[in-house]
Amino acid sequence: MSSLQTRQGSLKIVDAARVAARGALFVTEARLRAMVKWVWLIISIAIANPVLYLVSIGLGLGSYIDENTGAMGVDGVSYLTFLAPALLATAAIQGAMDESVYPTLEGFKWDKTFFSMNSTPLSGNQIAMGVFFNSLIRTIFTAVLYWLVMLAFGVLDSPRAWLAIFTAVMAGAAFGAFMQALAGFLENENVFFTIVERFIIMPLFLFSGTFYPLTNMPIFLQWIGWISPLWHATELGRWLTYGSEISTPMLLLHFIFLNSILIFGLIASRRIFTKRLGK
Amino acid sequence: MMSQSLIHARGLTKKFGDFTAVNGIDFDVIKGESFGLLGPNGAGKSTAMRMIGATSQRTSGDLTILDKDPDQFGPQIRAHLGVVPQQDNLDTHLSVTDNLYIYGRYFGLSRKFLKGKIEELLSFAQLEEKRNAKVESLSGGMKRRLTIARALVSEPEILMLDEPTTGLDPQARHILWDRLFRLKEDGVTLLITTHFMDEAEQLCDRLVVMDKGAIMAEGSPAQLIKDYSTKEVLEVRFGSERNAHMADDLRQLCDRIEELPDRILMYTEDGEELLERVYKKGFHPKTSLVRRSSLEDVFLRLTGRTLID
Repeated sequence: MSSLQTRQGSLKIVDAARVAARGALFVTEARLRAMVKWVWLIISIAIANPVLYLVSIGLGLGSYIDENTGAMGVDGVSYLTFLAPALLATAAIQGAMDESVYPTLEGFKWDKTFFSMNSTPLSGNQIAMGVFFNSLIRTIFTAVLYWLVMLAFGVLDSPRAWLAIFTAVMAGAAFGAFMQALAGFLENENVFFTIVERFIIMPLFLFSGTFYPLTNMPIFLQWIGWISPLWHATELGRWLTYGSEISTPMLLLHFIFLNSILIFGLIASRRIFTKRLGK
Repeated sequence: MMSQSLIHARGLTKKFGDFTAVNGIDFDVIKGESFGLLGPNGAGKSTAMRMIGATSQRTSGDLTILDKDPDQFGPQIRAHLGVVPQQDNLDTHLSVTDNLYIYGRYFGLSRKFLKGKIEELLSFAQLEEKRNAKVESLSGGMKRRLTIARALVSEPEILMLDEPTTGLDPQARHILWDRLFRLKEDGVTLLITTHFMDEAEQLCDRLVVMDKGAIMAEGSPAQLIKDYSTKEVLEVRFGSERNAHMADDLRQLCDRIEELPDRILMYTEDGEELLERVYKKGFHPKTSLVRRSSLEDVFLRLTGRTLID
């Protein structure tokens, strides 16, 4: 027999003001509950990724480069030391992408869970922020583990090297927020995977001064680095981890650029989510 | 009385570009009643439901839900609605229990309250043995019951169900109807869309018949049948080639007939008596069936088409 209590309006148990204040956190809580189920996968990726890259490219390619340029031949340090901060920022961005793009496509299209969230007092803004917070948590987690692996590889020369975690997270947050907006905007996810991934994300990775200084590129290709959060975060990371030289105006520019993308991405995500849910 | 009207719509309209999905509909849903939107796929029922659910914005017209305008008070209105969408949008990463839990959290409900509530809902939805199962492993009927249980987690004032039994086998439908009937008996206000006339007859106290975004008629199932159809219907089949040929002769014998591709429907107060007259005239249908008029006949009368194409 059913023992369901349906107190029809007699008891108003829902506190809309509470949801208005904390709704985004409820969205984050729900996703974290799911992520716990594959937490070992997340940890494995977060550790295996830096180890594989640092060993294969950093040590493998690095020893070859160092042989030709001398042990301090790339920007005054070994190739591994030069490369590591760029890979840290790349990993942070990758972690942010995983937790912003996939949940957004899933929420709007595959499982339509955003529509079920939106049938509760939660608003489009709150759903967008909840997804962002989640990707931020994943990004921080990824960056910290990456940084610890870098520490084990002995590529952190500066006492302020730990601050590189923040600049990497900043890049991840900026890129994640931007891609979250884009994933919400493109109603056909195939466009995202075929065009955005191949023709935007891939070039940004390759032309962001990750594997060699951006100035090695011909001047007509350097703009790609300038618009890429990865390059800005990499420059900051190199400054923090081994004291690569950087002027104060450039330092400010990197900060301002990353935070502008972040703010733009968040505003766009909120608007796009609200509009798409309200159709 | 206005204050009893939980949902009030006048000239409610929704356009997507040039396409008018809902075209100026008027209706009221009264507290405690079970109200239906009956119509074929594409009639605008789901669009109307999304506007009433305070998620989709209307293009024009007046709409109040619980005396509030959804354009201004969406979250406050949604706090008192339980929504069962046409397509189950459960979180497939989570278990049955976790789905109920997180949905309750979206309403800001406390963990302590939810602990007890989830037990009630599992019992109501007959999913106690599946409490730790992943959503993916559930049958269609179980998913549907879970979606309904989920919508009840916040003890809503209005439970909205969009095509609750579409895609379910007959047994699963009957289990679901039984659950919904219990809610109705408990006095829950239900708003249901369906394209099944039997579902509308079983569950709805009052309904509107919708077609192409507009309301064609309104009333209780019995009243609609009385107003738009006869008491009984005689269905005769002469075989697909002869049906059309027979129609003119049969028309003389009763008030009204409808020609369908596979059969002819003859409207009358007394089906057996009509069938006798058909035989007396020397017509010999391959099969014949006398039945009571249903909402299907009402829809056919109003639109000239059947509910399920």
